[in-house]
Parts: sequence; C-alpha cells; structure tokens
Amino acid sequence: MSGRPGRGGAHALSGWHILRPHLGKIKKNIAIVVAAMLVSSLSEAAYPLFTRYAVREFIEKGSVSGMGAYIAACASVITAGGVAVIFWSLHSIVVEMRIGPALKRDCFVRLQMLPVQYYSSNSVGYLLARVMSDTDRISGLIAWGLSHALWSLCYIIGSLAFMFMLNARLALLLAAALPIAAVTVWLFQRKIIAVNRRIRHINSRISGAYNDSITGVKTSKSLVIEQRNSAEFKEITAEMYRQSVRLSTLRAMLIPAVSFLGSLAVGAVLYRGGALRQAGLLEFQVLSALVQYAVGIVEPVMQMSGIITDFVSAQACVERVAALLGEPLTVTDSPQAAAKYGGIFDPKPEGWEPIEGRVTFDHVYFKYPGAAGYALEDFSLDIPAGATVAIVGETGAGKSTVVNLACRFYDPERGRVLIDGRDCRERSQLWLHSSLGYVLQDPHLFSGTVMENIRYGRLGASDEDVVSAARLACADAVALRLEDGYATQVGEGGDMLSTGEKQLMSFARAVLADPPIFILDEATSSVDTETEALIQNAISNILRGRTSIVIAHRLSTISGADMIIVLEGGKIIERGTHSELLEMGGKYSELYNDSIGK
Amino acid sequence: MRAHLLVHMRGCWRRFAVAVAAAGASLLAGFLMPQVVGFTVDAVLGGADRALPAAAERLVSALGGMSRLREHLIICAVGVAACAALSGAFNYISRTQLARGTERFIERLRDALFSHAQLLPLEWHMRNQTGDIIQRCTSDVETARRFVSEQFIEVVRTAILVVAALAIMFSMNTAMASVVAAFIPIILFYSLFFSARVSREFRSCDEAEGELMSTVQENLTGVRVVRAFGRERHELARFDEKNDALADKWIKLGGTLGVFWGVGDIVSAVSVLAVTASGAYLAASGDITLGDFLVFLSYCMTMAWPVRQLGRTLSEMSKTGVSLRRIADILGHPAEPEEPGALRPSLGGDIAFNGVSFAYDGLTVLRDVSFTARGGATLGILGATGSGKSTLAYLLSRLYELPDGCGEITIGGVDIRKIDRHYLRRGVGLILQEPALFSKTIFENIDIAACTGDIGAVRERARQAAVDSDIMEFADGYDTLVGERGVTLSGGQKQRVAIARTLMLSTPIVVFDDSMSSLDMTTDALIRNSLRESTRGATVIIISHRISTLMKADSIVVMEAGRVAETGTHEQLLAGGGIYRRVYEIQSAAGSGANA
Repeated sequence: MSGRPGRGGAHALSGWHILRPHLGKIKKNIAIVVAAMLVSSLSEAAYPLFTRYAVREFIEKGSVSGMGAYIAACASVITAGGVAVIFWSLHSIVVEMRIGPALKRDCFVRLQMLPVQYYSSNSVGYLLARVMSDTDRISGLIAWGLSHALWSLCYIIGSLAFMFMLNARLALLLAAALPIAAVTVWLFQRKIIAVNRRIRHINSRISGAYNDSITGVKTSKSLVIEQRNSAEFKEITAEMYRQSVRLSTLRAMLIPAVSFLGSLAVGAVLYRGGALRQAGLLEFQVLSALVQYAVGIVEPVMQMSGIITDFVSAQACVERVAALLGEPLTVTDSPQAAAKYGGIFDPKPEGWEPIEGRVTFDHVYFKYPGAAGYALEDFSLDIPAGATVAIVGETGAGKSTVVNLACRFYDPERGRVLIDGRDCRERSQLWLHSSLGYVLQDPHLFSGTVMENIRYGRLGASDEDVVSAARLACADAVALRLEDGYATQVGEGGDMLSTGEKQLMSFARAVLADPPIFILDEATSSVDTETEALIQNAISNILRGRTSIVIAHRLSTISGADMIIVLEGGKIIERGTHSELLEMGGKYSELYNDSIGK
Repeated sequence: MRAHLLVHMRGCWRRFAVAVAAAGASLLAGFLMPQVVGFTVDAVLGGADRALPAAAERLVSALGGMSRLREHLIICAVGVAACAALSGAFNYISRTQLARGTERFIERLRDALFSHAQLLPLEWHMRNQTGDIIQRCTSDVETARRFVSEQFIEVVRTAILVVAALAIMFSMNTAMASVVAAFIPIILFYSLFFSARVSREFRSCDEAEGELMSTVQENLTGVRVVRAFGRERHELARFDEKNDALADKWIKLGGTLGVFWGVGDIVSAVSVLAVTASGAYLAASGDITLGDFLVFLSYCMTMAWPVRQLGRTLSEMSKTGVSLRRIADILGHPAEPEEPGALRPSLGGDIAFNGVSFAYDGLTVLRDVSFTARGGATLGILGATGSGKSTLAYLLSRLYELPDGCGEITIGGVDIRKIDRHYLRRGVGLILQEPALFSKTIFENIDIAACTGDIGAVRERARQAAVDSDIMEFADGYDTLVGERGVTLSGGQKQRVAIARTLMLSTPIVVFDDSMSSLDMTTDALIRNSLRESTRGATVIIISHRISTLMKADSIVVMEAGRVAETGTHEQLLAGGGIYRRVYEIQSAAGSGANA
C-alpha cells in the first residue's frame, strides 16, 4: 500500500533462500515428520468418535458385547498415535540439527572470509548473536514450529471433517466461531510480541549494567559513584517491572478469553444440539462428541496463531543471517589466485612460490570507511628482503594502517602493495599469511594450555620445538613460573596471564611459525623494563635474515633498525637510520629526547 | 541465609496468597462447567433423575424448574458460559496478582544485588570471577523468577486440581473414580523419572552449547591472529568438531524426548480409554448415567496434561535451590562497614606511609614501606610489575583496608582509617591503569562523578588530558556511545578519558596508577605539561614503570619486591647508580643504540 520506493526488494519473505542448500539432505526426515504429524493429529481427532461409539453401542444399548474388539481398536489407534509422536520427535530434531548447525557453519565460514574491517564495524557480541541465537531460532521454528502448525492444522481440519460427518449444521456453527477465536488470539499476540521485544531490550540493559558495575567496581568505588549507579539501575528495573506486569496482564487476559470463547462454543452446541435433540433429530452420542470437539479445537487454534506470530518475528532473524551471508567480500582472492593457490579452506600449497620477503608499498592511498581523510597518502616504501624497518609516529599517524596493509587485512584504495615484486592481489591471502609472523600489542590467546597456544604458530610442532621457540622469545621463564608450567590453562582470552606475559607468549607463537616476514606491532609494550632488555637481544637474533616491520613507542627498542621512518598524518616525513635521524634534528630526535627526558 | 532473600518478599505475600486463592476458585468454577453439561444432558434432555445438591436444587427451582429449562435451553448454555466466565475472571486475577508480586520481588532482588555488589569490599571482587558474579545476578535471578512466577503456582494449581477433581469424582462414583485415581501416580512417576533423566541430557547439551559459543567467540575476538597465521582451516575444523558434537547430543536427546512424549501420550490416552471402557461398562449396567460418564471423561482429560507437566516442573525446581543459594551468597557477604563519627579533615597535607606492611591472599605484597609525599608536591613511584606499587594506591584510597598493627597511612597527620571512606575516596582522585568506562556517551562518562552537565568544562578537561581531538574525530563527538553498543576506545583513549574524568573533580590528591602506560611518549609528555596547570595545588602521586613519566617529580620512590629500594630526586637517584639508574639506561637506550 505504501508504495515506498527503494526498499531494495525486501519483501515479506526475503532471506529464506539461505535454507535452500540444506533442504536436500533432510527431504526424507521432513517427509517422515509430515506423515507422523498426520497420523498423530488424526488419531487424536478421531478420539471423540470412539467415545461416541461407546455411548451408542454400550451405554445406550446397555450391553457390553463387543467391548473387547472396541478396546483393541482404540488401543491400536492410541499406539499408532504414540509411535507417530516418537517418529515425529526423532526426525524433527534431526531436521533442526541439520539446518541449525549448517547455518551456523555457513555463518562461521563467511566470517572467516569477511575482511577484518567488518569486525571493526560489528561488535563480537552482535556477530555471536547472529551465529548462535538467530540460527537456533530459525532451525527451531522450521523443525518444531512448522510441524506443530501442521499438527494443529490437521487436527482442526480432521475435527471439522468428523464433525461434519456427525452433524453438518452444528459443525458449521463451530466452524464459524473459529475465525473469531483466531483473530482474537492474533490481536493479543501482536501486542504480546511488541511488549516482549521491549522486555528483551530492557533485559539486555540490565545485564549490561551489571557488567559495567561489576567490571568497573574499582572505578566506581574510587569515583564514589555507587549511589548514582544504583539510582540509574533502579530506573531500569522499575521500567522492567512495568513492562513485565503489562506482559503478564496481556497473557492473563488472552488465556481466559480464549477458553471463554471455547466454552461459548460448548454452550452453543448444547443450546442448538439440545434443541435438535428435543426435536429428536440428534442422538446423545453425537452431542457429546461435538462437545468434545468444541473443547478440543481451542488449543490448536491458539497454537497456530502462536506459530504464525513466531514466524513473523523470526523473519528478522532470517534477514540478519541472510545479510551476514550476503555481506560482500571486499578483500578476497581473485579467481586466478584462488585457482592457482587454493582458498583458505582448500589450499594448494604445492603451487606456492617460496617467499623471499621483499615488501614494497607503491604509491599507496588508503582511507578507512567512513573516515574523512586518508590514513595513508601516497605512501611508498621498499623493504628489501631481510631488512628491518621501524615505524615511528604519534597515535593516529598511520602506523597500524601500514601493518594492516602489509598483512592484507585491507586492500589499498589506490597504489599497490607488492611482495617479492608482485602485487599481493595476484596471490592468495593464505599464501601471504602463511609467511607472516604477526605480534600485536593487544595479544590474543585462545583458551587452552600455554603449549597449545604457542603451537598455534606451527600446528605440527613437537613439544621440544615449542619449548625452544619459547626460550628464544624469553617466554620460557614465564611458562615455568606458572603453576602447571606449559600445561597451565591460560583461561578465556588468556585472562589468567598479565598483558606482558601474553605478549611474550604471542611472540613465542610467532617465533615458532618461523616466517620470512615478521610484523611486531608494539609487541613488547607491556613487558617490564628489565625483561624487555633481555628480549631485545633475542629479537635482534630472531629478526636477523628476515624482513621485519616494527612499531614501538619505546624508541630504545627500535634504534637498531636498518631503516626508521617517521609518519605524520599518513605521510612519511623522515627516513633514515637512528643516527642519521638524530643528526637530522627533526621530529625523530624530538621524540627521542622526549623519551629520555631531555 | 535465605533471610536475605525473604526480606525482599515483604509486601508480596498478600499478592501470592490472593493468587493461590484465585487459582483455586478458577479451578472450581472450571469444574462446574462439566457438571452443568452433564446435568443438561441427563436431567434436562434425558429426563433421567439426577440427585442434585441442595444448592443446585434451589437454583433450578429459582430458574423456573426443570420444565422451563427444557423449553429454554439457552439458560443451560448461559450457565456453561457463566462458569467459564467466572473461571476466566479468577484465572485473570490469579495471574495478574502473581505477576505483580513476583515482579516486585525480582525488582527488589535485582536492585539489592546491584547496590550490594558495589558496596562489597574490593577484595571480595578480586576473589570472585566477574563472569560468575554477573551470572548470579542475571541467570540465577531468572531461575528464581521462574520458580516464583511459574513453577510454584503450577505445582499448587495441579495439587488443587487433582484433589478437587478426585473429591468430586469419588462423590459421584467410587468405582470409576478409583480407575482415574490409579492412573495419577503412574503418570506422575513416569514423568518425574523421565524428566530427571532428560534434565541430565539437557545439561550436557547446555555444556556443549557453551563450548561451541566460546569457540566462536574466541575465533571472532582473535580474528586478526587467525588471519595472520592463516589458520582459518584449523579454526573451521575446531568449530566443526564442537558444532557436530552439539548436534549429536541434541539428536540423542531428541530420541529420549520422543520416547518420553510418545509413551506419555499413550499412557494418558490409555487412562482416557480405561475411563471410557469402565464408564461404558458401568453405564451399560445402569450404575452411572450418561451425564456422569461425560463428566468423568472431561475431568480425566483435564487432569492428564497438568499431571504430566508436574513431573517436569518438579525436576526443574531442583535447580532453584542452587540458584537461590548463589544469590544469597552475594547478599549475605558483609559490605564495607558504615563508619559513624568518622573524620572529614582537610586532605591537603602531607601523605605519609609509616612502616606499612600488607599481605594479600597470604602473599606479602608490601614490607615496612615508609615515605612521605609533601602536600601540594608531586611524588613519583617507580617499580616493575609485581613490585607492589599499585597496592600503595589501593591502600591510600582504602580500596584495600590496612589492618591494625601493619603500620599506618596518614594525611595531614590523620590516620586514614579514621577518615570517612567515601569522603577520602572523593578526595583522592585515583586514575587506574585499566579504567572502566560505562555504557554511556563520552560526555556522560567524563562528567559522571562531577555531574556538572557543563560541556565547556568537560571539553576543557578533555583538552588537558589530550583526548579532545580524538573525541571530536568520532562522528558523534562527545555524544558518541562507549561500549558494546557504541565505539570501542583504544587503551590509550580510555586512559585519557579517565584522566579527564578525574580532573573534573579537582581533588586535593591525584594518583596516577600507571595510567599513561598505553600512551606514546609525546602524548604522555603533553599531558604531564598540562597537568601542572590542571592539578595546581594538589598533591600528585605518579606511579609508573616509565622513567620519563615521573622524572620531573619533586621526589621519587623506587619500589622493588614490596620494599622501598631508593628515594630521592631524579638527579640524586641517577647519581646513586642503583636500580633507578639501571632502568634509566635501559629505557633511554643509552649505549645499546644504533650499533646493536
């Protein structure tokens, strides 16, 4: 109706195509679920017919002949229904567990391929919710929601059919009441969903507030803002109270409203049916069966309506997952490179050229998405194989951007980054990354032991190799100081270790990888002064013969570099060796004097 | 222990009582409906004699007697609707009252946890894991909520339902009532047994899901490491392993659940069948009427589902005890004690540590530390990680409490243990190495303690902390949201925002606890220059492992392994040739320079 243009074709059911690749494997399960559903719902719907039979054949006639056969018939229908439920459950869970994990895997694979930049604009919590909860909701709805809806639909249709068989006029009466019930439920549920969404939002604010106050307890105490925090928190919980009571009130109204509708139907049957019965047109048993149907049909109507609303709200999940899976890969292997070198999941290392280590930036321009100015502008730098280049500059001068481009986390906007004289983009990312040793200021360790973490650098490495790499990186002493030595669990994100210790571990990890190119981005900034002095010698040994790019605030750590470049505003303003730059008396010597306090 | 929880139920009890009473009334009204149907079928339509209770007898005659009812069946139909309306109204009352009671209780519980957690001593926080505390405040509270609002009332309702239904049935026909009664324990125990088994499997699924979750989370947070080492294939293999394990567990659980549901359906259906068959038998021999038969059938079907649910509810309730204990643990731990009559002296005087020793977790952190920071002057404290230098700051602001007999810390000659804790902290502007920012805008973060609402003042302080230009580069400037839902600031930006935040307070004492460690030398120098202006008159303590940060201090204390190793000015210490000089040489790279 709105006719608003430019919604990009996002119609009511967009995004569901993400399921298509996974449906083939579960065709059989879906068929079994549908069949089981039919058996279960029809056997349930048939039950009042048995009652009717009992009333007519036994109660009214006052005889019990044929009771055995009757019980056997009932029992077999009951058993069929029960067995159908078992099959239904078995195969529904298979459907759920084929779709859900497959979608999770799709997301995970996509996330491995998306550019690093994607992670800067989407928080880990957000991505995690897409991978975990959205996919769960989608698969749960497909497996259980659809089958429950089918069950309810079959039950309603079956019941109506049986009722028509019993008495068409009364059945029509009940059938007329159904839409009223359905619309009532639908109206309520729309409101319930809206309030529910608000409650989920408040709930995440509550968790966030706990997180803030408990992780920040030291800060709150030292600023003496506990009272203020509590007062703000109370506003959130008061709002939670209001919305929760609202939700409960809506729900409390819905259930009695629907059962009331159901009993109106019973009353109607009784009234009309009674009148007919008085006229001698309707038997008792028909009447009792109809009453049973009238009561029994209410529940499935509610369920159907609930599932429809579930689908409406799951639409958002589907769209978000589809958006993630459709997110363009801005940094990607060209088809030629992929063909020659293989992708990240199916590499063809036999076609990889050995790397020498020359890194060249050729008139590179780079701008972060959304940023106004260039982070690097007309940046040219040639690092011969085996040389060490140090990059110096203030925060925001573009040091990390150089690293990001050298690692090909980003592609330049203009200009080229070349490895051994050939454009990065002609090779695969994995080829490049397999030759890089990268150590960050904010080192990331994975939960697991110290040994496992260092081994991440070279997965097949023996324990001895790991230990000798740790020794080279001065991480050996740290590891042995820990409770279980190399078998110590480092905790999630390595949280059991201090930042300095983590830096040494991640340095050892890079050393073990034995790469021809080393990138040290503030790699030892949190290591204490005396250990750093130790490690300094180790570093110069390790870097000998390898190409390396080093970023450090402490100028003492880079004075031995073959070349030092000073960056300011994305441009190189000085280049030369330590002594040349000091002599020059420019920015570098200014920085140097700052650092030694002159 | 539970007393800590019960306090928060005050005033909710009445609502709970009303909720239970209304639930019972709703059930009874619901029970009337099949009776009216049965009565209509038997007495009104069938013309059979039916013994009616005196009250019902009077009601029938008030309505004009049996013959009138026969002519106007609408009265019976209205009767059915009226029963339903009554039952519905009571149900509504029960649910809303319960919701109000529960939500009030939970609101108070959340508030209490929030404010109490903040008042607990820092040592308690250090001993407990953040994730665990947050989980207690969120998921354990949710478990408690579900217990009060769903499980508890469900059990009560089911109990009333079963007792009332059985009572009515036994009063109608003992033989048939016995048939129904026989099935109740069977269904209940069957359901309990399976639920207990299933809950074990559910837990193992939960654990597997937790593992998958942390695998994905670690992969996402470590994305740069994964990329830089080209480990995507390895990561995918790890993911597949956890993902498949989770799917397998669920499929196994699905099998168990399927049997549970399927057999449960059969058992309930068999109970209905038994009632049908025995009812048919009895009715055939004339022991019960057709109307009674229908009433029995209807009660039997009403009870089947709640009784099946009861087993599940009971097994889920077992989790509640654990959650309540975990919540009570937090609330039961004593907060930092109130201090009636504590002093509020001027904090401008000399700060003196006199023979301070301090142990933490059985480990001696400080041994006999003595030094003085002159009021209005700047003191530098140099030390490596683990030298105990941060403990000095925590003791000074009484985040850690110095026990009696471990020396004393005085400000202007007054022992800080006699000074009101909050007054002291308000006077000591402590800036942490890893300061926490809150999920608010940057403006609100800087203004959080000072509460000036004055953007001019905030920007002025941000400029002094050399962070104003960083902030202005964000799209929303000072209105930029910080945290999970906003931007993530770098370590250095956080430190500078924290500096600005403390400068807003113009405290008489300012303590920098390694709070410029993530800044480059130039920014560090810039801030130190502007500090001279912005902290004029205040006593400043700068703790750092970087000499350039504190070399201009009026005096410097060098800490090593919990002791004061050296004191003096920069020049004196350099001349002394001790630790200070060694660190200075390493840091300035004098000698190890270009030819290394």
